[in-house]
Amino acid sequence: MGLNKSEVIKLFKYVVKRVFLAIITIFLICFITFFTMNAVPGGPFNSEKAKSEAVMQVLNERYGLDQPVPVQFVNYMKNIFHGDFGVSLTTGRDISDTIRTRFAVSAKLGGMAVIVALIFGIVLGATAALNRNKWPDRVIIFFVTLFTAMPSFVAASFLLMIFCIQLAIVPVWSIEDPSYVLPVIALSLSPMAHITRLTKTSMLDALGQDYIRTAKAKGVSMVKVIFVHALRNAMIPVITYVGPLIAAILTGSLVVENIFTIGGLGSQFVESITKRDYTMIMGVTIFLAVIMVTMNLLSDIVYKLVDPRIKLD
Amino acid sequence: MDMQNLKKNPFSLQIDPAKFEKATDDEKRQQDVMAESTTFFKDGMRRLFHNPLAVMAMIILAILIVVMIVAPMVVPYSYEEIITVEGVRDKAATNLAPFEFSQREQAFMEKYNVSVFPHIMGTDELGRDYFIRVVYGARVSLIVGVFASLMVLLIGTLYGAVSGYAGGKTDMIMMRIVDILYSLPDILIVILLAVVFKQTLDFSNIPIIGKLGTNMVSMFLVFGLLYWVGMARIVRGEILTIKENEYILAAKSVGASPAHIVWSHIIPNCLSVIIIMTAQEIPAAIFTESYLSFIGLGVALPMPSLGSLANAARSGMQSYPWKLVFPAVAIILIVLSFNLIGDAMRDAFDPKLKK
Repeated sequence: MGLNKSEVIKLFKYVVKRVFLAIITIFLICFITFFTMNAVPGGPFNSEKAKSEAVMQVLNERYGLDQPVPVQFVNYMKNIFHGDFGVSLTTGRDISDTIRTRFAVSAKLGGMAVIVALIFGIVLGATAALNRNKWPDRVIIFFVTLFTAMPSFVAASFLLMIFCIQLAIVPVWSIEDPSYVLPVIALSLSPMAHITRLTKTSMLDALGQDYIRTAKAKGVSMVKVIFVHALRNAMIPVITYVGPLIAAILTGSLVVENIFTIGGLGSQFVESITKRDYTMIMGVTIFLAVIMVTMNLLSDIVYKLVDPRIKLD
Repeated sequence: MDMQNLKKNPFSLQIDPAKFEKATDDEKRQQDVMAESTTFFKDGMRRLFHNPLAVMAMIILAILIVVMIVAPMVVPYSYEEIITVEGVRDKAATNLAPFEFSQREQAFMEKYNVSVFPHIMGTDELGRDYFIRVVYGARVSLIVGVFASLMVLLIGTLYGAVSGYAGGKTDMIMMRIVDILYSLPDILIVILLAVVFKQTLDFSNIPIIGKLGTNMVSMFLVFGLLYWVGMARIVRGEILTIKENEYILAAKSVGASPAHIVWSHIIPNCLSVIIIMTAQEIPAAIFTESYLSFIGLGVALPMPSLGSLANAARSGMQSYPWKLVFPAVAIILIVLSFNLIGDAMRDAFDPKLKK
């Protein structure tokens, strides 16, 4: 990559700064979640059945709830570092176990959605840029504009209504016969639209550069000009979008999973909200937040690595 | 001096003034090709209204707003009113199709030979007029969107202006705070606060907010806490460049106060960026509101919202698909119009894009 020594030092400083900020952010998230959780009246053992004072005392002591909130926070943080998020208030099951099994499903769904969004977004964006102001460009931009205005839950409900219920050509999701087609489409539509827009603008920008003209003048084939010279440089802004893309797909999957009744982390989260399962809400919030922050961090660092023109600050 | 005498040599190439006539005042005026003086704002507005997509979006939005204002006055039903015939609750008037009347309503119309106001979008599962509910839902979305973006505008501009103008250590610290807030996952924090506030706070006594419910308070709070960071960053960036201009130095040298400089020299100069950002913030806020309402953390019942209407419609998707289609199309239309207007504003007001 031909970085000289001072650039490497700069890059290192930048990475250290960003990692430090990410750690503060994650700590802040834990802090906010923990203290807001404790601001809610009633403890985890206030169920419909009234318990005697003595039972409550034993339970509180056992789970360390008799201690002041800051002490509890320290303990909670210690446990989180050991991967222990506590137990669910409604099922009594271990939260980290639930997160692990549920996240496997979500990760599969989200991973497919990320790939679909990236592939289609880049291809459509490049096609639109290469056919600027011709009909393919107009058709693509029309749909892209429509999809950016469509919330993921609307897209998911429409897809479910049309293909599963009215036309009945795609089966409804079940554990034995998981059909990921519709949920993946629903999840990837709006990020795909963003990537298409992004690719189109940066591709147009790249195609207008001098080095493209030089390459054409040298007699480089059109295919090579497009793929090697233009598309490669047009990809740089897309890389920065990968972090927000993952965040968008994770948030989208909160409702999409719920609509398609997929037992992933997202539907677990929505379920825990409706059931007011506080420890579960906290566990999942912290888990998802850490993923989002890490992904943003990674995509920013990769961005700086890929494009030497970016100034480090 | 005689004009004729000027031409000494008949073969000379010298121009013969006699062949020319003096221009009249009228003709002179025709030579004034100066366009009418224009301001940056006027110029931007001109360009905005020459964009067919933006004009179309504005017309759609205008129609929607007119419907939202007029419909509650014209339609004789309210959003929480269950349909009654002759003062008796009409239990059969649930889940009617658009423009369909229940049997009792038909009997009533025949008996007295009057017409009952039609249910333009049918009725919901409790027998409430669906059209008026969708209209109120759209109202809620629009109001939330506009107020949330105004809040973002206010906080973001102030924060960014102070940070950018102060510079140095203050700027550094303020921007690090922004960096951290920027990376907080907004939707998760909204959900978290919405869940907690629902349990701890009671706003039911406050007039408008009480009707919208505590969830909306938490949403506004989160907008006020998190969403302004984008605006603050951009305003700060603008101010850092504007600050270096000579007229700022001139204002300083005649003893203008920092507040005066920020307010009357710097803010007007980054107005275009602020307007563009605000226009783009509205659809984002509407998205968040409908999303929260969809997962049941939005406005309090029985106040409808487009998101909660869409969510309620899911259970009857097979038999009554229109109940999903109407609120969904309303969301798409509103967000689409705002998106198109926002994009057009960016094209019209961003001086850096000028060609």
